[in-house]
Amino acid sequence: MSIRQGILAMLADGPRHGYQLRVDFEERTGSTWPLNIGQVYTTLSRLERDGLVVALDGGDDDTHKPYALTELGRAELAAWFATPVHREDRPRDELAIKLAMAAEMPGADLHAVVQAQRTDTMRALQDYTRLRRAADAAGDDLSWPIVLDSLIFATEAEVRWLDATEERLARRRATTARTTSDGAAEAAATADDGEAVR
Amino acid sequence: MTAVLELLEVSRVHGSGATAVNALRGVSLQVGAGEFVAVMGPSGSGKSTLLNIAGGLDSPSAGEVTVEGVALAGMTRADLAQVRRRSVGYVFQELNLIPALTAAENVALPRELDGVSTRKARAEALAALKDVDLAGVAGRFPDELSGGQQQRIAIARALVGPRRLLLADEPTGALDSVTGEDVMKLLRSRCDEGAAAVLVTHDARLAGWSDRVIFLRDGLMVDDTGTPPTAGSLLTGGAGR
Repeated sequence: MSIRQGILAMLADGPRHGYQLRVDFEERTGSTWPLNIGQVYTTLSRLERDGLVVALDGGDDDTHKPYALTELGRAELAAWFATPVHREDRPRDELAIKLAMAAEMPGADLHAVVQAQRTDTMRALQDYTRLRRAADAAGDDLSWPIVLDSLIFATEAEVRWLDATEERLARRRATTARTTSDGAAEAAATADDGEAVR
Repeated sequence: MTAVLELLEVSRVHGSGATAVNALRGVSLQVGAGEFVAVMGPSGSGKSTLLNIAGGLDSPSAGEVTVEGVALAGMTRADLAQVRRRSVGYVFQELNLIPALTAAENVALPRELDGVSTRKARAEALAALKDVDLAGVAGRFPDELSGGQQQRIAIARALVGPRRLLLADEPTGALDSVTGEDVMKLLRSRCDEGAAAVLVTHDARLAGWSDRVIFLRDGLMVDDTGTPPTAGSLLTGGAGR
């Protein structure tokens, strides 16, 4: 998650101090990715070092020091919005790796792994749907429902992928069973031939 | 919790002997007032059989079905028909609208069969049509309406009057995703008003509207999301998985 660019985006509305930035970030993303205040200050000092933000005078103490976007910061923000997020830049998918490993592991019950995951993912989808219903009813601004929709579509896709995995597994089982029974029939036929010869 | 629908160890065998198919194998399920349950599973897992049995359209080979505390087993055909009409609203993939009746007449029909006065039945039908945003087409005939509108009329017919158990089998088939969501909102609001609903679907996003999802495979209930924790519990606990 890009806290750096998120902070730049919030500063585009006008100067803010660290605590306000944290509150704004959580409001816009519904605390989906909670920020601790330490992360906010660390990121701000790096942004200041890189010349993307500047600390303004004011505030009672250091923690209330407001920050403003510089021209450089504005350019970096524009570049961020203009660049798509490439799929290969996203973290590895632990679940896909887990299923790929379970598929080849002798004795692993892939059906059970898939079902347990589907139930858990479905619970998440119910939860996100409930939250979005509440957000829609409350007439919240756009940002939180957009984040929720992202989570809803991603969990839906995961359930569909789990369904497809299960179908793949069932087809494989059917093929294996057929091959095995063909083998058995062949063996029986050979045995019959043996009988005939004798 | 008052169970509006209760299935106890319900089994259903189609056919007999070597070709017998166990469509359901000992499924138990309670759906309380206000509860919205979604049933998921691959095709052939027994989802639609479960729904038909819950609504008295099919009888179990073994086990018991109770709707609003009344056991369906041993009912006369007439009594069963009355339970189906008064307590249960159905939405199926096939809409079964009567072509010679207007939208409002289609929706009012089950209430008139119940013995409600024509005038009252019509008022209820218009209210149900308003709920599905179709008040404007009350006087039109089904073949004058789009597929999506026809589907919403079928839904209004299921929701009309004081039905306490709503059964829906892929009810958003002909609808685009926005209208599909509207249908879920409707089912949801009926449940929030105290109805019980069972939705059969393969669409996870629709099932997300339910309180509880049960998973069927080969006629067995293989898993269950359980009744929900309090709203928001997932997100306050941290970021997803």
